[in-house]
Formats: sequence, structure tokens, C-alpha cells
Amino acid sequence: MLKESLRMSWQNIRANKMRSFLTILGIVIGVTAIIALITTVEGATQEMTRQFSELGAGKVSVSVSGTALKRGLTEADLERLSELDNVESLDPTVSFTRHVSNGQRLTENVTIEGRNAVYFQRSDGLLSAGRGLTPMDMDRNSHVCVIDATLRSALYPGEDPIGQTLIVGGQRFTIVGLLSDGSEDVMSVMFSSGDEGKVILPFLTAQRMVHSNSVTSLGIYIHDTTRTDETIDDIEGVLNAAFNYKDDAYRVINLESLLDAMDTMLGMMTTMLAGIASIALLVGGIGIMNMMLVSVSERTMEIGLRKALGARPKAIQVQFLLEAVMLSLLGGVIGILLGNMLSLVFALWLEIDFTLSAGAILLAFLFSATVGVIFGWAPARKASQLNPIDALRSM
Amino acid sequence: MDEKTLGEKILIMDDITKVYDMGGEKQTVLKGIHLEVSKGEFVAVLGPSGSGKSTLMNIIGCLDTPTSGSYVLHGRDVGGLDEDALAGVRSKEIGFIFQSFQLLPRLDALSNVELPLIYSGVPAHERSALAEKMLVRVGLKEKLHHYPNQLSGGQQQRVAIARALCNNPAILLADEPTGALDQQTGKQVMSLFHDLNEEGHTILMITHDQGIARHARRIVRLLDGILSEGGVEDA
Ligand SMILES: Nc1ncnc2c1ncn2[C@@H]1O[C@H](COP(=O)(O)OP(=O)(O)OP(=O)(O)O)[C@@H](O)[C@H]1O
Ligand SMILES: [Mg+2]
Repeated sequence: MLKESLRMSWQNIRANKMRSFLTILGIVIGVTAIIALITTVEGATQEMTRQFSELGAGKVSVSVSGTALKRGLTEADLERLSELDNVESLDPTVSFTRHVSNGQRLTENVTIEGRNAVYFQRSDGLLSAGRGLTPMDMDRNSHVCVIDATLRSALYPGEDPIGQTLIVGGQRFTIVGLLSDGSEDVMSVMFSSGDEGKVILPFLTAQRMVHSNSVTSLGIYIHDTTRTDETIDDIEGVLNAAFNYKDDAYRVINLESLLDAMDTMLGMMTTMLAGIASIALLVGGIGIMNMMLVSVSERTMEIGLRKALGARPKAIQVQFLLEAVMLSLLGGVIGILLGNMLSLVFALWLEIDFTLSAGAILLAFLFSATVGVIFGWAPARKASQLNPIDALRSM
Repeated sequence: MDEKTLGEKILIMDDITKVYDMGGEKQTVLKGIHLEVSKGEFVAVLGPSGSGKSTLMNIIGCLDTPTSGSYVLHGRDVGGLDEDALAGVRSKEIGFIFQSFQLLPRLDALSNVELPLIYSGVPAHERSALAEKMLVRVGLKEKLHHYPNQLSGGQQQRVAIARALCNNPAILLADEPTGALDQQTGKQVMSLFHDLNEEGHTILMITHDQGIARHARRIVRLLDGILSEGGVEDA
């Protein structure tokens, strides 16, 4: 019986191809939009989370700002911070710009960063060649440096830069490592000043170049990321004492909370856009209802005949309801295909991973089935209640 | 003939009335109908247009309910049955044959004949064999997969007759079965009715045409909502 109803519904949809297509267009558009949205946002979120956790998990960044810049953080402050519970190590950074040369060619506005060895220990995949700076480099104040790909192509095109000499601020450094492309952590991308390239020097060496012994930018690595919030409270305690509780003396940025905030924002955006897309679904549902009502009045004689031949009202209702659900699901399936194709295009374009979102597909499927049931209900009921005599007379 | 009239009663109508209420103005279309039809009979209800023939047929076919009176079909009082039960009765006991055939244009002959079998719950694998048997019976062996628009009027009516037969109903109900056919084709349909009646099918046929009514074995006249037994003058 159900199989017969399915077959008859399908026959009817096929018999009115153009009309069926136009009817489901609203559903197709709505589902396409929802699928493309959810899949793309999910992909983008995954990508961001991956980058963040690869490059900045368990790291809290402190930057001193405003008038407090002059004082900065002293040795004693750093000492106190490193003694805090759950703090693993400190990664102070100095950052400024200088011109650098290889003896023949000169590049202006290169970002010079002073960093500790811990930066290299904590970040995987940072280097594409050579080695990072080691604790021994720090202790000995060795004149070694790591450069990035931009600077390499400016000063050593087509050559192996490892072992070459680089002149920074009148001092000679031996290049020991090459940063890989796009390996920088999110924070340093956000705060870096120039795009003319970058050189990383041992921290103390760099600090001496700017004749300062205070620190204005600091990464703090922590052991247990589940206790990040407590540790941040402790850090702020030390910093408040150091800066005399002055407002705006420093900023503490925690990558996890940044990620959370971004997640929330994306979630809100998705909800909003999905809301808009569901208006398309609603319109599609009304389209289906309209088509079904037309279909019921066109097939009045058929309904009357079926009743005369022994069809119970339920059987008529099921048949028309199935037709509405089938139309709606057909729209849903086309929408799912189109939506995923669209998000594949987006993924290629935004260079993020494309993954089929089972959740989104299920959601779209359920949604379109529901739309079919809701908007098919009234026409199906109307059909089932037609009086067979009136229906047969309408011939 | 005689032994047939003594047989089992297929329908017993007692004092059936039908009143249409048209915005306060009541119109009594059937005025106390008494009618009994036994198994194996071939009855024609003859009456002029507007006499209430279709109204009577709708009540007999359980498509409509009388305003008053009792109606027992194949031993079952159908007064007070709900819609689902009436659908069941139509499915099992009644085979409808309409003036305008009422075939579904998107289905071929075989599928049209299968329709009542779907609603009476015959399993799919038995349906097409049964439907084919019925089509062969009405002489359409070669036309199983023709669509209604590929068939002549007489052939279409024979498909409709096959459809009416396939649930082996207690009674075949035909409303002006030749109304849409030319005389020659009408005669062929009547001779088919004859054969079916010979095989034991009970037939009740409604017509305004004396010439057609003559094909039946018994004629009742409906005039202005009143039914009376009576032959055709020269029957
Ligand atoms: N649903 C209805 N509401 C009101 N009046 C009706 C209804 N159906 C039938 N009638 C009236 O009942 C009377 C008998 O109608 P019916 O259709 O039974 O006639 P008939 O004998 O079949 O005529 P014909 O030979 O033209 O088909 C007519 O006067 C008609 O107007
Ligand atoms: Mg009539």
C-alpha cells in the first residue's frame, strides 16, 4: 500500500516536471544556503582552531602599552612571573625594525625580533631548514640568527642562506636557520610591523641593540591549560603590583579565550544567516502547499474515483502527504548536493579543508521532510475529505 | 429465471428517502423507495432525467447515505457505518461502471484495473495476474498496456467493466453505461453485460433509454422519486 502510494506520488511529480521543479526551487535555495553556510563556517572554524592550537596553545601573551612602555617589565618582574604556579617558562620578545644587509645588498624596514630558546622548543614546524636558537646561543650571546623566507628571497635568492653572514645594526651574524612559510604564530602576525622580512636574534643581543633592559612583550607558556584562567589571574596580580594598578598599562591575551570569542562570533553569524535561509525554506514550503492545493483541485475526479473504488480517507491523505514530502525531500536532496558543491568551491577558494558535514546534511534532510509534512498536511486533509459524489460529478 | 429470484437477496431497501436541503428549501428527491435485488438478477432502473436515478445509485453504491429508511447490502445493514467502513463495503461489494468511464489517464489499462485491488489489500504479485485475467475476460487481451487515450470509447468502457469485476463484487452498478457510446458500441457493451449476468454476476443498471433498459431481465421505473415495478410495453 505504502509502496503503491510512493509510486503514484512519484508518477505525479514526474508527470508535471516543470511545475514540480519550480515548486521545489524555494526548498532547493533554502537548503543550498544552509548547507553551504554550515559547512563553510565549520571548515573555517576547524582551520582556525587547528592553526591556533598548533601555534599558540598553552600560551598567554602579555604586552605592555602606553606610558608603562618606558618602565616595561624588569628582571625582578620576570623572576616573579616565572615563579608562579603553573607557569612553565617565559618567552620575552623585543621587536623593532632595522635595515639589514648581506654585505652587498641592503633591505630596509626589516623586523628584528629578540627571542629566547624556549620559543623554538615550543613551536613545531617553525623551521624549514637549519636549526633554531638554543639555550647555548643565549648563554654565550652567540652572533647567530634565523631569517624568514621573505628576507631570504630578498638577500639570498637561489642560494642556501644557512652559514651565510647577515649584518644587523653593524654587527655580523651567522644565519643558522630558515623559518618556514606561514609558520609564524598568530600573535606575531597580528603585531608584526613590516612585511619586508624578519630576523630572529638571541634575546639579550637584540635587547642590547635597542639599549634597553626592560621587556615590553612577553609570552608565558603554561603547563596545564585547564587552569589557564586561574594562572591569568595570578599573572595579572604580579603585573598590577608592577605597574601600581595603573589602568591600561598592559594587556593579557590568551589564545584560548580569543578562540572562544571567535567561535561565539561565528556561531552567532551562522545562526543569523541560517535564520535568513530558513525564510527561503518557509517560502518553499508555501510553494509546495500551493502546488498541492492546485493538484488536489485538479485531481478532484481522481480522488472521487479512488474513493468510489474503495480508498479510505486515510489512504488518500497518505498519498497526497507523501507527494508533498517527496517534493520537499527532492528539493532537500538537490539542495544538499548544490550546497556541498558550493562549499567545496568556497573551501578551495579560502584554502580551507572541505569536510562533508553529516550534521548539516541530516539537519537539511529533516528540515525539508518537516516542511513537506507541515505544508502538505492541509492539502492532503482537504483531499481526503472530498465528497466522492461531488468529486465524480465534477467531470 | 425463477430459481434465481428465489436466491439470496443482494440488496434490500426499505422506505428510503433522500431530501436535499438547499438553503432552507427542502427538495425530496427519493420518496420512500422499496427495492429488493436477488443474486443473479439483471435489473434496469428506467427513468427520465431528474427523476433521482443517480441519487439512488449513489445510495446503493454507499457513496451517499439516505435521509431515512433502511438499506441492507449483502446481509449487512449499512446505515450508520462510518466513512472507513463504507469504503470497505465499496471495495468488497460494489463494482462501479460510470457513464464517462472514469479511467485515470496516466495509467495503462492494466494499472487502471489494478486500482481497486490496491485498496482491497491484494498483494502486489497477485494483482497484475488478476487484472490481466479480467481484461482478457472483457476481450482486451491485446490492449493490456494501452493508455486510455489509445483506446476507443467502447474499449475504455470495457476496461472500466474489468476494473469493476476484479474484486468479485456482490453487485455491479452501472450509471448510463452506454451514455457516451454510439449505438453499435452500446450494443456490444450490453451483450457483455448479458454474458456476465449469465455467468452469475448481479447487475443493476441505470438508464433513461428504453432501448437499453430492454437488455435487462427486469425493469423498474423511477418517476419523480417514486419507484414502481413494471416491464417495457413490448418486453
Ligand atoms: N447534491 C444535491 N443537492 C441538491 N439537489 C440535488 C443534489 N443532487 C441531486 N439533486 C437534485 O436531485 C434531483 C435528481 O437528481 P439526479 O442526479 O438523481 O437525477 P438523474 O435521474 O440521475 O438525472 P439524469 O438522467 O439527468 O442524470 C435533481 O432535481 C437534482 O437537482
Ligand atoms: Mg444521473
